[in-house]
Amino acid sequence: MFRREYGWRGIATLCGMFVIILTIVIGAFLIYKGSDTFLKFGHTLWEFLGSAEWNPADNADGGGAVGALIFIVGSLSTCALALLIAAPFSLGSAIFITEISKKYGERFYRPVVEIFAGIPSVVYGWVGLTVLVPFIKTVFHRQVGHSILAAGIVLAVMIFPTITSVSADAIAAVPNECRNAAYGMGSTRWQTIYRVVIPAAGSGIISGIILGLARAFGEALAVAMVIGQTTALPTSIFSTTKTLTTEIASQMGNAMEGGEMKSALWTMALLLFLISLLFISLIHHFSNKKEGGEKA
Amino acid sequence: MKRRTLAILLTAAMTMGAALTGCGDSAGDTSAESSSSDNTDTESSTEDSSSDTATEDLSGTITAAGSSALKPLADDAADAFAELYPDVAITIDAGGSGEGLKQVSEGTVDIGNSDVEASEKLDEAQAAELVDHQVCVITMAPIVNPDVKEGGVENLTKDQLISIFTGETKNWSEVGGPDEDIVLVTRPTSSGTRATFQKYALDGAEEASNASMETDDSGVLLQNVKDTKGAIGYVALSYLVGETGVETVSIDGVEPTLENTYNGTYPVWTYEHMYTKGEANEVTQAYLDYIMSDEYGEQMEELGYGVSSKMTVTEH
Repeated sequence: MFRREYGWRGIATLCGMFVIILTIVIGAFLIYKGSDTFLKFGHTLWEFLGSAEWNPADNADGGGAVGALIFIVGSLSTCALALLIAAPFSLGSAIFITEISKKYGERFYRPVVEIFAGIPSVVYGWVGLTVLVPFIKTVFHRQVGHSILAAGIVLAVMIFPTITSVSADAIAAVPNECRNAAYGMGSTRWQTIYRVVIPAAGSGIISGIILGLARAFGEALAVAMVIGQTTALPTSIFSTTKTLTTEIASQMGNAMEGGEMKSALWTMALLLFLISLLFISLIHHFSNKKEGGEKA
Repeated sequence: MKRRTLAILLTAAMTMGAALTGCGDSAGDTSAESSSSDNTDTESSTEDSSSDTATEDLSGTITAAGSSALKPLADDAADAFAELYPDVAITIDAGGSGEGLKQVSEGTVDIGNSDVEASEKLDEAQAAELVDHQVCVITMAPIVNPDVKEGGVENLTKDQLISIFTGETKNWSEVGGPDEDIVLVTRPTSSGTRATFQKYALDGAEEASNASMETDDSGVLLQNVKDTKGAIGYVALSYLVGETGVETVSIDGVEPTLENTYNGTYPVWTYEHMYTKGEANEVTQAYLDYIMSDEYGEQMEELGYGVSSKMTVTEH
């Protein structure tokens, strides 16, 4: 009895501790590797974040330029575009599943969305490359179909299921009393949804959006296939550019160990780590706010 | 799998049984009989395996990692080698030249495949430990979308090529082609293919990376050139075997072929390196010898790689 009680508890604690330690170790490792750019090669943080001149030397002598602005802008613009496209669709779907057609939504629509979430990113990228890129080329009469637009659309499709299911859960969690009260006051169905349910589920929906954004930010493979990796700041949504993740993925294999290029890539990895940390703390912030709201 | 473990266990049990009965001869006739019949079984099985190893006395594992340009050849040679020596297991990973050199230098793999010399990606002390095996010659060819060649561009002078890849020439009409914008499709700055092309085709001129689409591997590059009008890129000849969707362009009137590489007229080539840490062990050396043998040479040429021994020039 004693052994069962404490044995399993011990194992669970160990597993938990292991994951916590692993996270801290990864973070420390990234800081250790990424700080080389600043300490060993003497670049400033401002140069890394604010300059668009990217030409790190692929050797241990250094002396190149490590401005990662192009990749930061590339990541931000593709994710913003993806969010712009995906958020309305996701929100609409979430409302449809939970409020408008519950039966059909839960039985048919939600499983479909979940299947969506399970498709590997390489498949999205490949489909994007063979369908979307030629499509953009013909519709907009461009010579090259690879673009931020293509990447944004592919990412939008990828993050759509995440935002939808989290938002749908949040909306479903709104107590029925709220809806009944709204109806009792003479609201129409749409007024109830728009004025009562969505504001009440607001923090959950925002959590879903941030989760989607985090996935979009971290995606490398699918984006690399359709963004037409060019080391230049984008000028329109038809521009080809690069993101943080695609640049790391394409350069890491060939870059010299301990060289300036590799250090700069590690610094970009560290930046991605910090950004995801930011996203997670934002989610925590919003879900705490929700709990606080309910208590009040 | 299960059956095999069972067989091993049984054999082990039998030999043990035989040994035990050997110790106690006086034990009894029945057990002696049974053990002798067991013995014939084990003997016949050991005979089988010895007859196998009589012709192929090599066994072991070889691990390799590195250059993706060299991987198709390494894979093919590994398959052919495995037919000769079934007891040798060969694992080959891509990952890039830098990764291959790093891993072989750390001793993680037996062979590090690289497009470039070890001294370019490792520090001196590390590079000095590695032994270079120049297994083949790889020739890089500029390729264009078919509509460019149809439009009249069959040959580019080196100056034109440099001007195109540095972004000065922006339209094909400037070099006698169709009125189309030039789309550069290239490889990342750390790529070995890019380094070779830049060194020998562009005379070291820096490519305009702010105007070119970079692709993570040569297969994707090929696809992009195929799909994009006015596109120009470069790949190793090995990627062009049986490929009809793109056209090669001559440089200064010399077509990019293996023959022209052998006789020294076509300049854009480099040796592919397989590095070992110190001298290779027996199995690895056999594999390297096999790749560089005349017997495998023909197959190598069919795959689009050049045989090192056929080179009439060894320096550029």
